[in-house]
Amino acid sequence: MVESYRPKIGVYVCDCGINIASVIDVPAVVEFASKLPGVAVSREYTYMCSDPGQNLIKEDIANEKLNRVIVASCSPRMHEPTFRKAIREAGLNPYFLEMANIREQVSWVTVDHAEATEKAKKLVEAAVAKALLLEALEEKEVDVIPSCLIIGAGIAGIQAALDIADAGFKVYLVEKTPSVGGHMAQLDKTFPTLDCSACILTPKMVDVANHPNIELMTYSQLEEISGYVGNFKAKIRKKARYVDFDKCTGCGVCAENCRLAGRIPSEFDELIGNRGAIYLPFPQAVPAKYTIDPERCLQLSKGKCGKEGPACVAACGPGAINFEQEDEMVEIEIGTVIVATGFDVFPMEKKPEYGWAENDNVITGLEFERLVSSSGPTGGKPVLGRDKKGEGGYLPEKVAFIHCVGSRDKSVGNEYCSRVCCMYLAKQAHLIRDKLPEAEITVFYMDMRAFGKGFEEFYDRVRREGVRYVRGNPSEIYRKGDDHTVVVKVEDTLTGTPMEYEADMVVLGVGLEPRKDIREIIDLFKLSQSTDGFFLEAHPKLRPVDTASDGVFLAGCCQGPKDIPDTVAQAKAAASSALILMAYGKVKVEAMVSVVSPDECRGCGFCVEVCPFGAIELVEENRMGNIVQVAFVNEALCKGCGSCAAACLSGAIQPRSFKDEQILPQIAVLGVKP
Amino acid sequence: MSEEFEPNIVAFLCNWCSYAGADLAGTSRMRYLPNVKIIRVMCSGRVNPLFLLNALQQGADGVLISGCHPGDCHYLEGNFYARRRFMLMRKLLEHVGVDPGRVNMSWVSASEGAKFADVVEETVAKAKEAGPMDQFRRRQINW
Repeated sequence: MVESYRPKIGVYVCDCGINIASVIDVPAVVEFASKLPGVAVSREYTYMCSDPGQNLIKEDIANEKLNRVIVASCSPRMHEPTFRKAIREAGLNPYFLEMANIREQVSWVTVDHAEATEKAKKLVEAAVAKALLLEALEEKEVDVIPSCLIIGAGIAGIQAALDIADAGFKVYLVEKTPSVGGHMAQLDKTFPTLDCSACILTPKMVDVANHPNIELMTYSQLEEISGYVGNFKAKIRKKARYVDFDKCTGCGVCAENCRLAGRIPSEFDELIGNRGAIYLPFPQAVPAKYTIDPERCLQLSKGKCGKEGPACVAACGPGAINFEQEDEMVEIEIGTVIVATGFDVFPMEKKPEYGWAENDNVITGLEFERLVSSSGPTGGKPVLGRDKKGEGGYLPEKVAFIHCVGSRDKSVGNEYCSRVCCMYLAKQAHLIRDKLPEAEITVFYMDMRAFGKGFEEFYDRVRREGVRYVRGNPSEIYRKGDDHTVVVKVEDTLTGTPMEYEADMVVLGVGLEPRKDIREIIDLFKLSQSTDGFFLEAHPKLRPVDTASDGVFLAGCCQGPKDIPDTVAQAKAAASSALILMAYGKVKVEAMVSVVSPDECRGCGFCVEVCPFGAIELVEENRMGNIVQVAFVNEALCKGCGSCAAACLSGAIQPRSFKDEQILPQIAVLGVKP
Repeated sequence: MSEEFEPNIVAFLCNWCSYAGADLAGTSRMRYLPNVKIIRVMCSGRVNPLFLLNALQQGADGVLISGCHPGDCHYLEGNFYARRRFMLMRKLLEHVGVDPGRVNMSWVSASEGAKFADVVEETVAKAKEAGPMDQFRRRQINW
């Protein structure tokens, strides 16, 4: 180790092109820094993070025998790892680095140039004050358990699971609902290629169920997670299906005989089709095992089903139904986690002016998917106005599609674009043209965004098929007269003409929203949300699937709205990120952990109480014949938050690199009046 | 020259939410006053209440602690500890005659760059109202 007793500090002030230099007088800061105590070298460079910039530091460490480095540039959240790596390569302990954030905190936010320069000087001075007291820290590596927990088995979770399992690692795929598949399973066709959604998805669904490396847990929920990157412990609740998983053959006789068969709205069919109390969500469901809805089942909710007892029990040949079944808790150990919890579609209750609740021929895009799907309640015919038994009804003649319902709309709190609606409505317009060649189709749009591969061509094709696009955002949709007619009140903004368009079917292009139960995952993993409510990635451009929690990755729409190709691409990215950890088998753990000075510790145990990770315990120590209690830190569990240090009465426990003696000098510099 | 009083404020920002929020304010080129100088800590729970006292003793006209929103702490519960300690310290400081407007706490998440800029403006305005801090005098310690 390079001698670190007599500090020799190198200060490097970055111009960041003109990002810093155009506001801050960099030479003045360099000049100021050169006179600070302990500073041996003070330099300016255009881009410190570039190769020549890093080499400048390395050469000075070699030639000038520097033992502390200050880089005054961007946020340490951006380039701290870069410079740590550089000085490690030069043979200096990487923790002898301190950064002064003069870009995000000064040049980008300060109007007055003189004030900016003064503030930059202060920040550099504080960094020097802290650097004088920095210590060398040792980085430790721990083993990574070679298995991955994936939450959510939509297309994102399925793809990530298959990639990781194919690479030879164990995957636990946890899904809340009785079947894998997610929203993609509900769709009829996919834009712009018009692939049948089920045809491309079901083979993958079957693969995850059969893969030897994947343990599929459907109708299950993650309840607890603890540990750290490489070594997580998870508790999963396998909810009772009231059907013996091994005995059930999926024949479906039970569902046919259920007293409530066809009387409960099916979630999978977006409540426009029906199921029984014992059900398979959809015919291609994986696993093909039946589930009893405990809230609707007469036997489970009322304790009585008919005079002769539950009909399903009598009907089930293998005797799989078991009303005594209980939830099962499973504990697993995993090294990495992928969150792929997906989205909810925009709830139409938030936009009552579109009359969705009152008119059954005003439907959402997802309801439309079920309506035109051959596995849907109408067998793929867009029949509206059926009676309770699902009979009768009519085929629409005038169909209106509405864009941007619940997207790009501040009044409902969603400022963002949902990215899929323009194209799924174009696809749905095409499907109507396909099924009802005589129908009049009008699409009301705000702006057309056909940005993906093949999107513009598809949009063009749909227009050539006789679909009329009118630019305008409807203000209201209401019923007129006693027949099916509903009126779309809108202004054509290209001609400035107010319109009252009469239609007998209106499809609302509902946007994507964060899941209503997103809080559950946030509470478990302490993930952050971006302003739109979706999960926040570690960096919007360079770390799009990572989170602030090491070892936890994001895939799919839980991070933001995206279409299927983007979701699959992100799932593969998340899988490869998790695989990096598992394939290498080791991961560096936090070096900035708390350390106890046993001589100063009074053994009160306040730190033990406040530690959120249970990383501190009291151990006995023989102090010259007296057995006393002192705090002891388990470094594998400690994450370096420093709560213990703030609670300690004697200052005996301190987080490394954020010790009192390192922060107080910063306060002394910054607190003094200029 | 009759200059307007410009307060000097020391802020303690947690690495995961508020420091990232301040970074976002920078990346989004939001403009705010240069009076607030930031010290990075890993968690708002790291902030020993004595840091606040120390900053005021050194001559800072105001202090600010900012952390993740309650329930969102990267370290599970550090911001709850921070809040309790902060409330006690502010009461104590008020008791000894320090204007409570000098002692501030806020929750700023990593996506709330605009909120951070607002918090800075607000903190500076409050410290301005409280006037220069000269109730404590202490010799500068050479660390």
